Amino acid sequence: MNTQVITVDVMILLAMALAALWTVMTRSLLRSAIGLALVSALLTVLMFRLNSPLAAVFELSVCSGLISVVFIATISLTQPMTQEKVLQHMKDRLERFWYLPILLVLVGIALSFVNFKFDLTLPVAEAEKDARVVLWNQRPLDILGQIIMLLTGAFGIVILFREAKKK
Amino acid sequence: MNPLSLSLFWPACLFIVILFIIGFYCLLVTFNLIRALIGLELLIKAVTLLLILVGYVTGHEALAQSLVITLIVMEVVIIAVAAGIILGLHRHNKGLDVRHLRSLKG
Repeated sequence: MNTQVITVDVMILLAMALAALWTVMTRSLLRSAIGLALVSALLTVLMFRLNSPLAAVFELSVCSGLISVVFIATISLTQPMTQEKVLQHMKDRLERFWYLPILLVLVGIALSFVNFKFDLTLPVAEAEKDARVVLWNQRPLDILGQIIMLLTGAFGIVILFREAKKK
Repeated sequence: MNPLSLSLFWPACLFIVILFIIGFYCLLVTFNLIRALIGLELLIKAVTLLLILVGYVTGHEALAQSLVITLIVMEVVIIAVAAGIILGLHRHNKGLDVRHLRSLKG
């Protein structure tokens, strides 16, 4: 039973790595954005399986949804290339990216022989089980940081598009 | 820390390293700004998975989840601002190739 659980997790990880490879190797940017959403969706499944449902919901809604929309909007707002340019681009890309699968296989083989030993126990008396309690009571500065980052992002985008409008 | 979670730790670490290499390679060899951003996203995914995995193995899932939520918020802001910058550069340079960005050349 336990081996089955591990096997499912490893299968999800393998699917994630393949999706990531497809994301990087595919010619079309739109397909890359869809591949990235697939990686996020698979990561969400893994998060659910690793007892992190709250973070998984965030990952699914924000990374798989919102970020994909941002990417697709950006791709559609930029001009497509001509057929000639596309062919040349495809040739260049293949020259640059064909090393990646070989590199991955070599690193995978090398890492499968390595056996590191780390002590993973943390010096904390008792771990809090509720993510909401950790976020609101133990790490309130993180919330402040998030608010500042969101405001920074909002102002940044407003300034960027205001400049473009003026021009 | 149960043996089941530990037996998942090393295979997952291997895949995290693979994800990291894919993202880093994409950042290194691509000349397209959107694809570079996608490479950056893959790197962030690897870090997210590492945080969740370490939280699961050490039994500190709540702490790991709070860190991942903060990371996701940062990620969204970075991607949104970067997408805005890419659109601005595209308007200015009529392309997304980093080799043609000469405006800031010193």
